[in-house]
Formats: sequence, structure tokens, C-alpha cells
Amino acid sequence: MIIKILLLGGLLYAAVFAYRGAPGALPLATRRLALVGALGAAVVATVLPGLVTQVANLVGVGRGTDLVLYGLVVTSAFLWIGLYRRLQEMEHRFVTLNRAIALERSTGSTTGSDEPGAAVAPPRPVR
Amino acid sequence: MTSASAARSPAPYDAPPAGHGDTLVIVPMYNEGAVIAETVADLRSEFVHVLCIDDGSNDDSARLAGDAGATVVRHPTNLGQGAALQTGFAYALRTGPRYVVTFDADGQHLVSDAVRMLDLARRGDADVVLGSRFQAPARTVPLPRRWLLRAGVLFTRVTTRLDLTDTHNGLRVLTAPALRVMDLRLHGMAHASEILGTIARHRLRYVEVPMTVVYSDYSRAKGQSGVNAVNILVDLVLARARYAR
Repeated sequence: MIIKILLLGGLLYAAVFAYRGAPGALPLATRRLALVGALGAAVVATVLPGLVTQVANLVGVGRGTDLVLYGLVVTSAFLWIGLYRRLQEMEHRFVTLNRAIALERSTGSTTGSDEPGAAVAPPRPVR
Repeated sequence: MTSASAARSPAPYDAPPAGHGDTLVIVPMYNEGAVIAETVADLRSEFVHVLCIDDGSNDDSARLAGDAGATVVRHPTNLGQGAALQTGFAYALRTGPRYVVTFDADGQHLVSDAVRMLDLARRGDADVVLGSRFQAPARTVPLPRRWLLRAGVLFTRVTTRLDLTDTHNGLRVLTAPALRVMDLRLHGMAHASEILGTIARHRLRYVEVPMTVVYSDYSRAKGQSGVNAVNILVDLVLARARYAR
């Protein structure tokens, strides 16, 4: 029962993450701490395999392997979404750069005032 | 027809409506070598300023468009039609036309429709004039396409509350106030919905005008497949909240 709440909560948060995202320092710090935590947990699980099963039983899962698998699924959801968002951001920069080059190269055609920079979107913050 | 050399040194946009010197026609194009010369020539019979955005074509579209009298801006790589339009808008912002017309390269649109819509925009009652193939007398739209577009209309009505009959029409006239707020970030094919979303968000005054879409074998082959509607939908759903301002 506990595991259901945990998994559903994780997936729900992944959906929110996909939709709204959260640029800034706090999510980045959270991700990095989570990475350190996951590494630590992996070391512990390697040394004490029985502990994983005990934890699994605690949250209502039969085998430790299953718990690891569930965790992997939820984690990968965040990974995919994060990568997708990063790619979108990169694409937008790529487009902006392309556009700036295209306009820069347009030859002998400008009409009226020519203010460089007006056409280029300001950079967006890094996620 | 005006000579091609006129495009190299066009008159300023404040020229009087003769030749629509206050208007920039934006034509996004990608591998349109078969038709672009004719499209540009047609446009140049009415408009002094024709701007083709070459979206990284592999063929000689850019040269043909330039020879036909258009100004050409070339994307170094292929970016998508939405990106091409936005490049056109950016060019317009730099050069300051009073009106911008967006026009398809593939020969689907009639220059006479564009002129009619521009005349309407000149009256000043609307910030954006949108073309609709479903208000025109001749119902020549293929049936499956008609159903799909109707779904698009419904989607737009639900999400933006705009009252339109044709939400995916490439023929538009934007006035300067509308141009200033356009910032297309959906670089692919979802830009039609994104433009409407911008209209709704900024409460721009819009009007829909009947026009004719010419379905040739060429335009059918070049046009997007209906399956793309799914991709557009996903793009919109993911982007709508993200870029909501």
C-alpha cells in the first residue's frame, strides 16, 4: 500500500515536472543530492543485499529486486523528461542562432531603419 | 511586373499604397523550386516587398526566388515553418512595414485574396486579418482534410475561445501591433495554433475573410499528412503551459 502511494506520487510529480518544469538552483541542488543519495544507496545495497528486501517489505513490496525496478522506472521517467526539456531548450537556442545568422547574411535588402539586435530574442535562463 | 533589380533597392515602407509599399509579404519556403518562381512573380505583380525565408532548402529555391524579384533570407539549416515565419517577423521588426502578409510558397493562395485582406486591414478595424477557406463559396476542400480542419477549429475554440472557421490557414495579414507581440517558439507545424494563441492572449482584434485555397497535386504532395495533427497536439499541450505568459 505504501509503495503504491510512493510510486503514484513519483509519477504524478513527473507529469507536473513535464508540464511546468522548474528552472533554478533548488531543483538542480535536489537533483545532485538525489544522485549522491542514489550512489550511496547502491553501495549499501551491494554490501548488504538483504537490507533492500527488508526495506521492500517495509513499504509492502515482496522482493528487493522489485523495489529497485520500480524505483528505476520512476527515475527514468524524470530522466526522459529532463532530457526532452533540455533538448527543447537547445533547439530554441539553435533556432535563435540560425535566425541571427540568416538575418545578418541577408544582402542589400533592408528597408528603412536597420537596428541589429532587435530581431534576436534575448537568451533564456539555463535549466 | 517590376524588374528584379528593384528588389535590391526597394523603396521605404512609407510609400503610398501603389505597389503596397507599406507592406511586407513573407513567404516561408522549403524545397519549393518547382513553384516558387511563379508564386513570387505573381506576388511581385502587386507587392514591391516580397521576402522569401528559405528554410535550408536543398534545391535552388533561393536563387529562383531571388531572380523572380524577392528578397531572400536563408536559414543555414532547416528549422521548420514556424521558425521561418518568425524569422520573417524579425526581419519585419527590423525594417518596419505597416502591414505583414504571410503567404504560402506552394501556390495554394491567390494574390487577389491577399490584396483584399490587406484592404480590409487598412480600414483599421482589425489587428489581424485571417483567411478562411470555409467561408468561400466554392467548397473545394477534400473531405478528410475538411474533417481534420474542423477538429482543429474545435480545438482552437475550446483552448482559445476564438470564433473562427479555419484555424490552419497560412494566409494572414498582420498589422504592426500584432507583429510586435508575435514570438513563435513552436518551430515546426504547430505555429498556426500558436499565432491564434497569441491573438487570444493579447486580445488582438481579428477578422476572418473568405479566401480560396487551390488544391493542386503539388500542394497536396507538399502539404502535411493528417497524422501530423497528433504531433501538433502534443507540441501544443507541452508548450502551452511552459510558455504561458
